[in-house]
Amino acid sequence: MRLRIFSQVLYPLAGVLLIIAAWVLACWLLNIPTVVLPSPDKVLRALVVRSDLLLSEGWVTLRETLYGFVLAMLVGLPLAVAVANSRPLNLMFYPLLIALQSVPKVALAPMLLVWLGTGLESKLALVWLVAFFPIIVDTAAGLRATPKELLELAQSLNASPLQIFLKVQLPAALPFVVTGAKVAITLAVIGAVIGEFVGSSEGLGFLLQSATSQLDTPLAFAALFALSVLGIFVYALVGLGERLMSSWLPPAPAHQ
Amino acid sequence: MAFGVIKNVRKVFQLDEIGWTALEPVVALDDATFEFEEGELVALLGPSGCGKTTLLRIVGGLIAKSAGSVAIAGREVTKPMGDYGFVFQAPSLMPWRNVLDNVLFPMEILRKNDAAARRHAHELLELVGLSGFLSARPHQLSGGMQQRVALCRALVHRPRLLLMDEPFGALDELTRMEMNDLLLRIRHETKAISEAVYLSDKVVIFSKRPARVVKEMAIPLAYPRSQKVRFTPAFTAAERIASEALGVVAPTADEAPAHAAQGAGRQ
Repeated sequence: MRLRIFSQVLYPLAGVLLIIAAWVLACWLLNIPTVVLPSPDKVLRALVVRSDLLLSEGWVTLRETLYGFVLAMLVGLPLAVAVANSRPLNLMFYPLLIALQSVPKVALAPMLLVWLGTGLESKLALVWLVAFFPIIVDTAAGLRATPKELLELAQSLNASPLQIFLKVQLPAALPFVVTGAKVAITLAVIGAVIGEFVGSSEGLGFLLQSATSQLDTPLAFAALFALSVLGIFVYALVGLGERLMSSWLPPAPAHQ
Repeated sequence: MAFGVIKNVRKVFQLDEIGWTALEPVVALDDATFEFEEGELVALLGPSGCGKTTLLRIVGGLIAKSAGSVAIAGREVTKPMGDYGFVFQAPSLMPWRNVLDNVLFPMEILRKNDAAARRHAHELLELVGLSGFLSARPHQLSGGMQQRVALCRALVHRPRLLLMDEPFGALDELTRMEMNDLLLRIRHETKAISEAVYLSDKVVIFSKRPARVVKEMAIPLAYPRSQKVRFTPAFTAAERIASEALGVVAPTADEAPAHAAQGAGRQ
């Protein structure tokens, strides 16, 4: 037990403290101006003093991220089922999906701004775009990777298409869905921030940009810190979903 | 009329059934004809890739035949009948289900997952010595144990016909012998010659692809059989006749040296 506290808490903490100490030392010894690199205590002060602002802007970014991600799941999962189960649809769209996946979707941000304005819509569209592809591609791959024997077993029992889907294909694809969702949620945060960079009047990305342009570097660092916390939080949400379904998931799909 | 009548069954795979890998239609099964009775254990013996699996899938109604007829219990098989059991070469269990729920899967599909079904599943698992592993997940079991679960899954809905495609092919020698005995206790396809003779009432021997039935032989060994039967003259004789028909052993009266031919026998 004591060993676990050492290895899982104290050592990582010591590593973080070491880096902060190096940061403080560098600011002090090299006499770096606050505008270029604020010392940790100034960032901490910004975090405390501007906590209301950070929370309200963080709330905006969190909503963009989660709404966009949920939209991507709602559209991506059914489409993945359609593409995986219909041979014509698969032939028509799967190569396109793979090709589109490698397009840098964030490059569309300026155009989305033109089409949808500076409000929530353009951010949702960008988050949706970046999150959609890993979800649909991984889910379709998972559905298609269902072992042939299990499908034949179900067919030999005259299972209905719905039974085959719910009892065989879907559970077999679930580990792939989780993998896709983990990639998607990470990209969703990036999409939200890029959307705010390109054109917005709120959100952590906007705050980061305006703080930098006003040379308020401590606030920019505080916003960056808040963004990291947000990213970890949403990733943990997906991880929580995975744990809730853990009785469904094989413990080590990679080894099977 | 016999319980199972397989008559002049032919299967030619068209290109759209097998993808673009083949350049021309593949004749998987040329002309398979044999009969069997209810409760009879029939082994299909033939070189690797000779179409035994194809025939099993046709009999199971999973794929359509190109010609011929398959009648089981008086019904012509054109689609899955729902009351057959399948055992594949790999256990093919569902990793997200525990042992009991894997066995109960057919009952769920047939919407008969009631108390009686659960009781039957318990009985079957006890019969194969897995009553202590009801809530274990497949990855926690050895290969032999997984295949025993697969066997229970194939039997849980009391199938009229049990189709097994090299069910013990992926197991080691000792486990395979154990499984053979287990199958005898419970009371069909295999590629290993002695396994076929040991387990079966009848052995149907296939030629190389496109497969035809070369020989049909009854196995006169009495029940109950035990591993001792492997060393009796009747067993050895049956095994030799089967080996000769397969071309593994040259058909001479003397002890001709077995030359390893066309991948028949165990792999």
